[in-house]
Amino acid sequence: MADIVASSAAARASGRTSLHKVMQRKSTIAFLMALPLILMIFILVAYPAGYAIWLSMLNKSMTKFVGFGNFDFLFKRATFWEIVLQSCIFAITAVIFKAIIGFVVAHFVNNIPTKGQRKWRGMLLVPWVIPAAMSTLSWLWLFDPSYSAFNWIFVHLGLPKISWLGEAGWARFSVILVNVWIGAPFFLIMYLAALKSVPEQLYEAASIDGATWWQRIWFVTLPMMRNIIAITILFSTIVTFANFDIVRVLTAGGPLTATHVFATWAFKVGIESGDIPLGATVSLFMVPILAVAATFILRDISKRGSEV
Amino acid sequence: MAQVSLRKVIKKYDEVLAVRGVDLDIADKEFIVLVGPSGCGKSTTLRMIAGLEEISGGDIAIGGDVVNDVPPKDRDIAMVFQNYALYPHMNVYENMSFGLKLKKTPKQEIDQRVRAAAGILDITELLDRKPKQLSGGQRQRVAMGRAIVRDPKVFLFDEPLSNLDAKLRVQMRTEIKKVHQKVRTTTVYVTHDQVEAMTLADRVVVMNAGLIEQVGTPNDLYHSPATKFVAGFIGSPAMNFIPCQLEQAAGALRVRLSDKLSFPVPDGRTARYTSNVGKPNLILGLRPEHIAETRPHIEPNQHDFDQVIEVVEPMGMETLVYFTLAGAEVCGRVNPNAGATAERSMKLRADLSNMHLIDDTTGKVL
Repeated sequence: MADIVASSAAARASGRTSLHKVMQRKSTIAFLMALPLILMIFILVAYPAGYAIWLSMLNKSMTKFVGFGNFDFLFKRATFWEIVLQSCIFAITAVIFKAIIGFVVAHFVNNIPTKGQRKWRGMLLVPWVIPAAMSTLSWLWLFDPSYSAFNWIFVHLGLPKISWLGEAGWARFSVILVNVWIGAPFFLIMYLAALKSVPEQLYEAASIDGATWWQRIWFVTLPMMRNIIAITILFSTIVTFANFDIVRVLTAGGPLTATHVFATWAFKVGIESGDIPLGATVSLFMVPILAVAATFILRDISKRGSEV
Repeated sequence: MAQVSLRKVIKKYDEVLAVRGVDLDIADKEFIVLVGPSGCGKSTTLRMIAGLEEISGGDIAIGGDVVNDVPPKDRDIAMVFQNYALYPHMNVYENMSFGLKLKKTPKQEIDQRVRAAAGILDITELLDRKPKQLSGGQRQRVAMGRAIVRDPKVFLFDEPLSNLDAKLRVQMRTEIKKVHQKVRTTTVYVTHDQVEAMTLADRVVVMNAGLIEQVGTPNDLYHSPATKFVAGFIGSPAMNFIPCQLEQAAGALRVRLSDKLSFPVPDGRTARYTSNVGKPNLILGLRPEHIAETRPHIEPNQHDFDQVIEVVEPMGMETLVYFTLAGAEVCGRVNPNAGATAERSMKLRADLSNMHLIDDTTGKVL
């Protein structure tokens, strides 16, 4: 009996010390310090994502579990595939133009003497700083078929008026244009920072090695900026792909469904048409497409991460 | 390979003159070192030869052709930078072959030249590595390899050893000299380190405040400096500058340092100095090795004097002694066994046969 008491006391004591040890461990402390963030991610990301997956498996009135019924339904609809294509065209074109414009303008700004640079940087950031829904409204007026500035100029130049948001092709162009206008400054600022981090002597070495300005960009600037370019493109692709406000304010997806992207169509189907499970299903389709892009880009970055 | 010549070359930044009219002729295959304190315009001069800085006045010619307005890429030069400036995303092979690749040299020839250069520099086994995986000395070799491969008219070195530790610096110094002996390309080398300048150069160019102070072989500069600046800059520990007067007494010329201490001027120099008798602001320049401990055997122009030593610095092979003479701090180099002790008097011997008389008003050595 005495043995048992003694051993259980010992066990308790050792239990206390081992708990104490666990608490002292660096990994435990690290975990505890990260816990608020982990909880926040769970509440703000994991729970809504799980809930969306759950919703996507219910019927329209959310009373019956239908498994992959909603997915099956979407796959058979031509509109869905149109949305997939439009989202891809929208995101890819917009990101390419944002990247090119950002890169070119970053070079110009980088060549401005430091004194005047801040002013230009500030001004060029304006489109990115204004809330997108607000600036899109002014674009909406610019695109107005009868009273807008654009068509006024066109008429005065003797050109035909354009129905900017009324024809499928022009509507797609307009939506992408506004997205590029808003998003390019982000690329500009990232590329400007990256440009400044390229040592001047590399350019000097390259020009002594016989490189023209174009070869200096191709063989020095671009390789030195590759990681920043990859990360900005990934980040921008995600944001552009999931864009809602610009399309919503400018065209609301019209004419018909010509400018719908995933987010606006999910809103249309889920909120406006009252089929929340189907809307959830649509929005879930963004995940696999973006996941593939992210995997490729991040793998490329980590592969090269060690060299610079 | 080619000669380089600079004619009245000027560099102006806004209103500041960084280089104030440099004239220099560099012979084919010559190894020239530009040396001077920081801000003396030596790097700017090199960068103007490279074409990285525009020149504000004068002419620069490489191989007889004036290149004032020729961009760096068309000057057929190669440059080694202080921080190496290797392309971090390319491996050693790609770094070395980059210039040839831009010139559209056939692949086979590139390979041959890169491997030959790598052989000279002993970096063949590093060809696949990225610069990040190399030590400082290895990067320096690669940077030199990149220059050699191109087989340019002129090599330009901009303080290439400044980022290396002391031991490696000495090693790479020898390496650079060996490479130059092998490839014999005209070389312009910039450094602030006078030891590098002395050991490497065929001729040293000492610059100060945007002007050339003196051009000459290392021995010329050391033994017959033209100005006080050169006399003080070349040599370590630096030459002693002791205020003095030149007086004519009993038919002999004497350098007077203080009431008690004066030395007769060596016979060979009397004629040269006579006109300066009584001139103000004269300075006696005497290198530390010409102030040593006394020895039984006395040579001509050597004179003993007693001096209280203030600081003793044993260096192993010699001992440096410091004391004050005529208000100037003076350094002497004595034998470690001479028994130099701080705050004790010691018999020293000055060797006047290597003296310099400097007019401090003009800064010229008389």
